[in-house]
Amino acid sequence: MIKSMGATQEEYYRSVRMVPYDLVKELVLAIAGVGVLAVLIAAILSSPDVAPVTIAAWAQQDPVDLVTTATNELAGATGSAAYGPPYDSVGPGQSWGPIAPQKWFGVRIPIDSANAFVIEPLQRASFSNTVLGTALAAWQNASSDQQSKWLDAYTKALADATVTDGNVVVVTGDYGPLPVMMSNLLGVAQSGGLDGLLTINGRFYQTDYTQPLLFIGDGGYLSGLADQAHLTGSLWGMMNETGSYPGQTWLWLYTMWYQVFPFNSDTGIIGLNAGNADLGIILLMTLLTAALALVPFIPILRDIPRWIPIHRLIWRQYYAPRKAAART
Amino acid sequence: MSAPSSVGGSTPGKPESWTVRLRQGIDRHLPMDHLLPDRQPYYVGSWVYVFGVVTIAALFWVILSGVVLSFMGPQWWHDSHLGKFFNSLHFWSVQLFFIFMVLHLWGQYFMAGWRSGRAATWMIGVVIFGISILTAFTGYLSQQNFDGQFIALNAKDAMNGAGAGAFFNVLNFGQMYGLHMMLLPIGVTILVVAHIVMVRSRGVVKPIDPEGGAR
Repeated sequence: MIKSMGATQEEYYRSVRMVPYDLVKELVLAIAGVGVLAVLIAAILSSPDVAPVTIAAWAQQDPVDLVTTATNELAGATGSAAYGPPYDSVGPGQSWGPIAPQKWFGVRIPIDSANAFVIEPLQRASFSNTVLGTALAAWQNASSDQQSKWLDAYTKALADATVTDGNVVVVTGDYGPLPVMMSNLLGVAQSGGLDGLLTINGRFYQTDYTQPLLFIGDGGYLSGLADQAHLTGSLWGMMNETGSYPGQTWLWLYTMWYQVFPFNSDTGIIGLNAGNADLGIILLMTLLTAALALVPFIPILRDIPRWIPIHRLIWRQYYAPRKAAART
Repeated sequence: MSAPSSVGGSTPGKPESWTVRLRQGIDRHLPMDHLLPDRQPYYVGSWVYVFGVVTIAALFWVILSGVVLSFMGPQWWHDSHLGKFFNSLHFWSVQLFFIFMVLHLWGQYFMAGWRSGRAATWMIGVVIFGISILTAFTGYLSQQNFDGQFIALNAKDAMNGAGAGAFFNVLNFGQMYGLHMMLLPIGVTILVVAHIVMVRSRGVVKPIDPEGGAR
């Protein structure tokens, strides 16, 4: 039976020599010392703050990529369009055997990317633009077969598109209303209007950037900048920070799994592969974290400290007389 | 009207009082000379013991700089030199906090600090480590800069793949900022206080006995 803590501690230390120790002084000195260190590092090294990517900057710097991305949204060919839960039910989401939490929790943040990122912003922009209004009506009244033909042709033409005075120019072809729609979307985006239109939620205040971030993420502009800044997934992704600053280095174990088998393999093993790496790695890390918490109860793991005599360095004072006594 | 009992004194004959029982429990389990002892076992002399207290010291600076940043609002540090300094102080305090915490964790592992009824102290420490990672993660997501965007776009797949994205939307700045400013720091602070109280109530663990195990 566990006795009261007071009695337990006194009994626990009964034969142990106690010496004066000033805990409060130690804490105050630690706060002062760490404070001086942190202030010095902060003053000398500062911290990273690279300006965020806006849709306006994307549209101005790489208009072909923005128009190609928007066209792919209409074709349902972007990451967002076929993502699956929690944004839509197009994709199945990740699973491992019967374990499919992405599917279990369903579509909780519904986003129809073609409508949300292209059609609805254009509808708002067509308020006083009859040419755009006519183009949108033509698009929406066309059959899905016709839309697919226009999209195929336009997507192919965009591969060789050029930029003139900020406008995307493609060779002449049968693209239906797409060139008018896309040039208007590009114009709205270049003016900064699309940044605002993708955050409209019917209320004055908003703090949710899910839609503009997903749209930017579907394009190649932000990932290109990340590549230049050496932030890509093969370089341990979100553990990094821009410049030479340390990022979330404590995520090294989590990020490492993405670089090794089976999580970097298309085929993998026992159903775990690159396709469901996110789920597999989260499950693995949950297991490892639980194991760390339960170390006191896991044989071998709890015995390693006894086998590896690092404790003899830590408690040199304690072991030194015993060692001397053993010699005599 | 009955006469008042002595101020601050005990109330004899009322053992059923929850207040008395709570006070007696605290007196019994955590007397002040255990909470703030002025003597320690002679073997408490290694630098490894310092890792715990410097982790608390770094947390102090994390919280202090975080309070200043939260008071001035999320835009301040992007536009002001003083704001940038406080953001840098917050950034580097967090880095120091994690360095010290990991050193403390490894130190306690090789000392088998969970022995003699201290398993719960170890387990709470691991939970603090986990919640600290989540707190720092939401902080990186709340930066409102290129790093924040890049981390959010990468992290969404992990969260969504695990099903957590349905409730924990890393692309929602308001949600991440709120969690980072309020709920998670409170969680870390409460657990750190509990961790320290548990350490103090049991006292530091004895050295690993040459004849005994590390259990």
